[in-house]
Amino acid sequence: MSSTVTHEAAVHRDYGGAKIGMWLFLFTEIVLFGGLFILYSAYRTKYPHEFHAAGQELNYIIGVINTVVLLTSSLSMALSITAVQKGRQRLATWLVGLTVILGALFLVNKYVEWSAKIHHGLYPNGPELLKLPPGEGLFLGLYFTMTGLHGLHVVAGMIVLSIMLVLLAKQRVHQDDYVKLENAGLYWHLVDVIWIFLLPLFYLAA
Amino acid sequence: MSQEHEHVVSYATFVTVWGVLLTLTMLLTFASKLFHEALSVWAMLFITPLKAGLVFYYFMHLKFEAPLLKGMVFTALATLVVFIGMLFLDVSFR
Repeated sequence: MSSTVTHEAAVHRDYGGAKIGMWLFLFTEIVLFGGLFILYSAYRTKYPHEFHAAGQELNYIIGVINTVVLLTSSLSMALSITAVQKGRQRLATWLVGLTVILGALFLVNKYVEWSAKIHHGLYPNGPELLKLPPGEGLFLGLYFTMTGLHGLHVVAGMIVLSIMLVLLAKQRVHQDDYVKLENAGLYWHLVDVIWIFLLPLFYLAA
Repeated sequence: MSQEHEHVVSYATFVTVWGVLLTLTMLLTFASKLFHEALSVWAMLFITPLKAGLVFYYFMHLKFEAPLLKGMVFTALATLVVFIGMLFLDVSFR
């Protein structure tokens, strides 16, 4: 006679720890961009008129459109968490997909904007940029550095969210275990917060 | 063990916060284009952190987190504000 013993695997999950770990990483991101904001502020107080003049080089309409795109992507990201909490797996997947599409739309706008600048010789060490007064060159240099670094973060966020799409499809993220999606969302929202500060510093500086 | 104990924020709450964020963005844009420079700077200093705060508090779920996490976020942001304050102290007394 044989007896059947079933072993239930004890899965240890630490949601609090996972979230605190993600936030600690986000603090390093805040300090990274915070340092650049401090650099911007230091040069803006030194060259207030040049920053004002160089700000007119930027089209604020594109800046505002991209703000609306990113805020909407943050909404779809937040809604996807609620959907997964309510067990609406398919809706959550669509919402994360929409977030990735909006991220791509943001980058398309950025591409159009940067292409026009580069076409006019306005890029770091570019011929037209070198002819500008030092303060204006600094403004545009900071613009390319900070929006470029932010753009890289948008790309990173889109990669992370694409991985989340796979995990949602494979049911590895679901109603009872969705901390990965929450942490991916935290990253995406921080990228949005950084843009919230970039809008007035660059596009509304004129 | 599941995550079922976590607070579920309604769809309506998130959509409302999004609406407020869009309204604040429009206000900020109009203020910077229509008002005198000093006034638009004040609008920026008030509206931008308010928008960031709404994203932190609702979208990033901070409203429903434990005091430890709230304290950590506050400490990190306060440190950055102190450094920005120190910068302005430095440049204003040069």
